[in-house]
Amino acid sequence: MTATQERPAGEIGKDRRRKEDQRLITGRTRWTDNITLPGMLHLAMVRSPFAHATITSIDVEAAKASPNVVAVLSGKDFGEELGVCINAWPITPDQKTPGHSPMPADRVAFAGEIVAVVVARSAAEARDAAELVDVEYDEQPAVVGIKKALEDSVLAHPDLGTNKSALWVFDSGDAGTGGDVEAAIEEARTNGIVIEREYRQQRLIPAFMEPRSVVVDPTGEQITMWSATQIPHILRFALAATTGVPESKIRVVAPDVGGGFGGKLQTTPEEWIAWAVARRLSKPVKYTETRSESLMAAHHGRDQVQTLTLAADKDGKVTGFKVHLDADLGAYVAIVGGGVPVLGAFMFNAIYKFPSYRFECQTVLTNTTFTDAYRGAGRPEATYGVERMMDELAAEVGVDPLEIRERNWITHEEFPFTTVAGLEYDSGNYEAATAKAKASFGYDELRAEQKERRDRGDRVQLGIGVSTFTEMCGLAPSRVLGSLDYGAGGWEHATVRMTPLGKVEVVTGASAHGQGHETAFSQIVADRLGVPFEDVEVLHGDTQVAPKGLDTYGSRSLVVGGEALVRAVDKVIEKAKVLAAHLLEANADDLDYANGTFTVRGTDQGKAIQELATATFAGHDYPEGMELSLDADATYDPVNFNYPHGTHLCAMEVDTETGAVKMRKYTCCDDIGNIINPLIVAGQVHGGLVQGIAQALWEEAVHDEAGTLVSGSFVDYLLPTAADTISFDVVHTDEPSVCTTNTLGTKGVGEAGTIASTPAVVNAVVDAVRHLGVSDIQMPCTPERVWRAIHANDGDAPTPEAAMPHFDESEGAGQ
Amino acid sequence: MTKIELTVDGAAVSDDVEPRMLLVQYLREKLGKTGTVIGCDTSNCGACTVHLDGSSVKSCNVLAVQANGRTVTTIEGLADTAEGELHPVQEAFRECHGLQCGFCTPGMIMQAVDLLGENPNPTEEEVRLGMEGNLCRCTGYHNIVRSVLHAAGGAQS
Repeated sequence: MTATQERPAGEIGKDRRRKEDQRLITGRTRWTDNITLPGMLHLAMVRSPFAHATITSIDVEAAKASPNVVAVLSGKDFGEELGVCINAWPITPDQKTPGHSPMPADRVAFAGEIVAVVVARSAAEARDAAELVDVEYDEQPAVVGIKKALEDSVLAHPDLGTNKSALWVFDSGDAGTGGDVEAAIEEARTNGIVIEREYRQQRLIPAFMEPRSVVVDPTGEQITMWSATQIPHILRFALAATTGVPESKIRVVAPDVGGGFGGKLQTTPEEWIAWAVARRLSKPVKYTETRSESLMAAHHGRDQVQTLTLAADKDGKVTGFKVHLDADLGAYVAIVGGGVPVLGAFMFNAIYKFPSYRFECQTVLTNTTFTDAYRGAGRPEATYGVERMMDELAAEVGVDPLEIRERNWITHEEFPFTTVAGLEYDSGNYEAATAKAKASFGYDELRAEQKERRDRGDRVQLGIGVSTFTEMCGLAPSRVLGSLDYGAGGWEHATVRMTPLGKVEVVTGASAHGQGHETAFSQIVADRLGVPFEDVEVLHGDTQVAPKGLDTYGSRSLVVGGEALVRAVDKVIEKAKVLAAHLLEANADDLDYANGTFTVRGTDQGKAIQELATATFAGHDYPEGMELSLDADATYDPVNFNYPHGTHLCAMEVDTETGAVKMRKYTCCDDIGNIINPLIVAGQVHGGLVQGIAQALWEEAVHDEAGTLVSGSFVDYLLPTAADTISFDVVHTDEPSVCTTNTLGTKGVGEAGTIASTPAVVNAVVDAVRHLGVSDIQMPCTPERVWRAIHANDGDAPTPEAAMPHFDESEGAGQ
Repeated sequence: MTKIELTVDGAAVSDDVEPRMLLVQYLREKLGKTGTVIGCDTSNCGACTVHLDGSSVKSCNVLAVQANGRTVTTIEGLADTAEGELHPVQEAFRECHGLQCGFCTPGMIMQAVDLLGENPNPTEEEVRLGMEGNLCRCTGYHNIVRSVLHAAGGAQS
C-alpha cells in the first residue's frame, strides 16, 4: 500500500456521473415489486366506491371459494394488531382528528378506502376474488370541496360535529415580530393601495412513477417490511408504536424507490394491512397497487383556498399582508397533513420586508382522498400567493413586476435578517440573482417584443412572469419542530466506517429515491477524508444497515444528512490521528492531514488513512488507551433552516382566440449556496420546474359531487410529456450566498424549482392578457379557462372569427 | 392455458400462460425480467416499453400469447452488460443525467433506441414528439432529451 493515493483534486463541485445509474440503466434494479419470496402470497384490496357510507355487511364466501384464495379478511377480523394510521403533527391542541383505521369495519370516509383484503397465491387470483367480495353499503351524504365543508351542513365525520379540524394562527403583532396588520390595511384603504384576492390552489397528485408496493416477511426473528417509501425509519417507528411489535423486532427496507415527491412520505393503510396479514398468516405477502389505486388512494397534495389582503403605500411599498387559508385535509389528518399548509406561515412574506403580517390556516375535513406533503409542501402554495400578489401590486402601481419586488425585498447588506414571520434568514443576494436571471433571459428584449405585439394587437400575445422566491429547507431544527408540536425531531445520523483494506463505508439515515445520494455523499466524503471517490460506498434505506435516521423530504438530505457525514468524517480523522502519531513516532500536534495522509510536519514521513485502517484491523501495534477502531458516528441537529432563493422568469405565448398557451422561454437563477454536484443539481431543478409548471398548466385532481375521483387514471390526470415541455435555461449566481450554518455552505435544491415555477408561469399567462382586462386565471390554466378569462368581461361573447362555423353545414364536415 | 414459444433477450423460452396474461406480466413473473416495470394500467406511461421484433411496444398492451413465435428484447438484453458493455443510448442516459429515480428509464431507453433506429439524426422537436408516449416524473424531460440527442450525435461520429 502506498502512502499517497492518486485522486483528482476537488470532488466537490465536480459533475460526477452517478454511481446509481449502472444498475438503473441496465434493469438490474430492486424495486419492491421485484421482490419474490418462497411461499409468498399476494394481496388485493377491496375499496369502497362510495365517498361516505356505513358498511352494512361484507359477504366473502364467493371470494373465499375462488381458486387459490387463502384468506379474505375485513376490518372486523382484526383487533388492535391492525394498528392505526397516525397523525404526527396535530397543529393545535384542540385539533379535531378522526380515528383512522387502515381498514375500517363500520364506515368509510372516502372513495377508495379499503374495506377488505383478499389473499391469494397469485396477484391475478387475488384481484379476481376481490371482485367477488360482496359489500353492502348504506350510502351517507358526502361533503366535497372546501367551501361546502366550511358550511358544516354535511359532515365528513358526523361524530366530530364539524368539518373544521383546526385553526392555526400567527400574528406578527402578537408575536412581536412586526406590527398590526389590520391597522396597516385600514391605513392603506384611505392613503394607499389594498389588493384583495382569492386564489385557488388546486388539488394535485404526486404521481411518482413507481406505484407503491409493500412486501412483508414475518419469518425469521425480525419481521421485515420492504416498502416503496421515503421514510423507512419513521415507518419502523410508527409500526412499533401502533401495532405492538417492539422496534427491535422490525426491519424496514426501502430498496430502489421510484420517486416520491412527498407522496411516499406517508405511513399507509396498505402497509399496515400487509403487516397485519403477514403476521396473521405467518407467510410473506406482497401488495402492489395499480396506478388507478395509486391516484385514488395514495395521498394528494395542495388543495387550498387562499384569501389574501395586501396593503401598500402609493409607491408600492408593502405595509401589511394578511393571509387566510382554508386547506382541505381530505377524509383524515394524514401523517403531517395538517402541518403542510402551516409551513406556509413562514413563507408568505417570502423575500420581502413586510412590516406586519397575519397568517391563519383553517384545515377542513372532506370525504375525499386525504392530503399531505407534495414537493414543496406548504411553500409552493405560499410562494404562489405572495408572488401573484406582488404582480397585482405592480400592475396597480403601474411599474414593472421586478421593480415592485426591488422596492420591497431584503437587500444583500441586510443579512442576517429576521423576518416578520420570525425566521432568521442567514444569507441571500436577491439583487444578484435577479440581475443574472434578467441577463440570461433577455428580459428587456422580451419586454420590447411584448410591447410590439400589444401595439400591433397580435392574436398571439406574449406575457412575462416573475417569481422571486425563497424557501425554508433542511427540515429541521428539532427544537423548532417541538415548538410546533411536530411529533419527531429533525436531526440526521451518519456513520463512517473504514474497512480493513482501506475502503470507506458511509451509512446515512437519509433515504434516497432518485436524488443521487450515493454519488453526492461519496463526493463529500472523498474530499473531506481524502480518499478516491470510487472507494466510498454509501449505504442507506435499511434499518438493519442504517438503524438511525429521519429519512428524506423537505430538501434535508444534503444540508442535514451531509453535515452529519462531515462531522463523522472529522471524527474518523481525529481517531486516526492518534494511531498515526503512534506509528510515526511523532507528536500528534506535529501532524498535518491532507489528501488522505497524515504527514509529520517538516519531514517526508507519512501514513495514509488506508494504511491506518489496515493497522487498526490488525491491531498489532497501537497506543495504550486507544479504542481499536477508526469508525465514527455523528448526529447533527440543524441550528437553523437554510434559505435557497432565486429569480425565475417565464415567457408564455397566449393565443387570444383559442386560449392556448405555449411556453416560449424559462430562465431560473437559483442561489443554492455551494454546489456539490452541478449535474445532479441541474436535474433537481429541471424536474422541480416541470412539476411546478404542471400545476400551473395541466394537473388537477377532481372529485365529482359524490366524491368520486374523476381524474383517476393517467388518461384523465394530465402529467406533462416531453412534447409538452421545453428545455430550460438554468443558471446560478456567480458568487453564491452560502449557508452559514453548515460546514459545506450548502442549501437545499430538491424543491426549489417546484416552489418557484408555478407563480412565474401563471404570472406570465396573466401578463399576456392583462391588457384585455384579466387579473387572474385559475390553475391549471387550460385553454378553456384562459379563453373564458379573456371573455369574462364581454359576457363570454365569442370573437367574430371564432363564431364562424368550422365547416359549411349545408355541405357537411367533409371539406 | 396456452403454450407459447418465443425468444427473449436472445434466449428461447417456452411456457404455458393464461390467455389474458400480459407480455409485461409474463416477462416479470414467469421470466424474472424485472428490469421491465409496470407504471400504469392505461398504457399511458410507457415504463414497460420493450422491443417486439425490433420495434418498441408497451408490453402492458400486448398479450403474452401475441408474442408467440416472436422476438422480444428488454432493457436487460439491450447490451451484453455482463461483459461490461452498454448500448450507446444507455451510456448517453448516464452521461447526460437522463435519469433520477430510474423507474421510467428502461422504457425511455427502449423507446429512444427505437426512435433513433427510425430517425438517426432527430431534431429536439422530433425527440420530444418521439418520446411523448413515455412519462417521467423526475427529470422534467430536459436531460432525457439531451440524452437522446447525445446518443444520436454519438451514432454519427
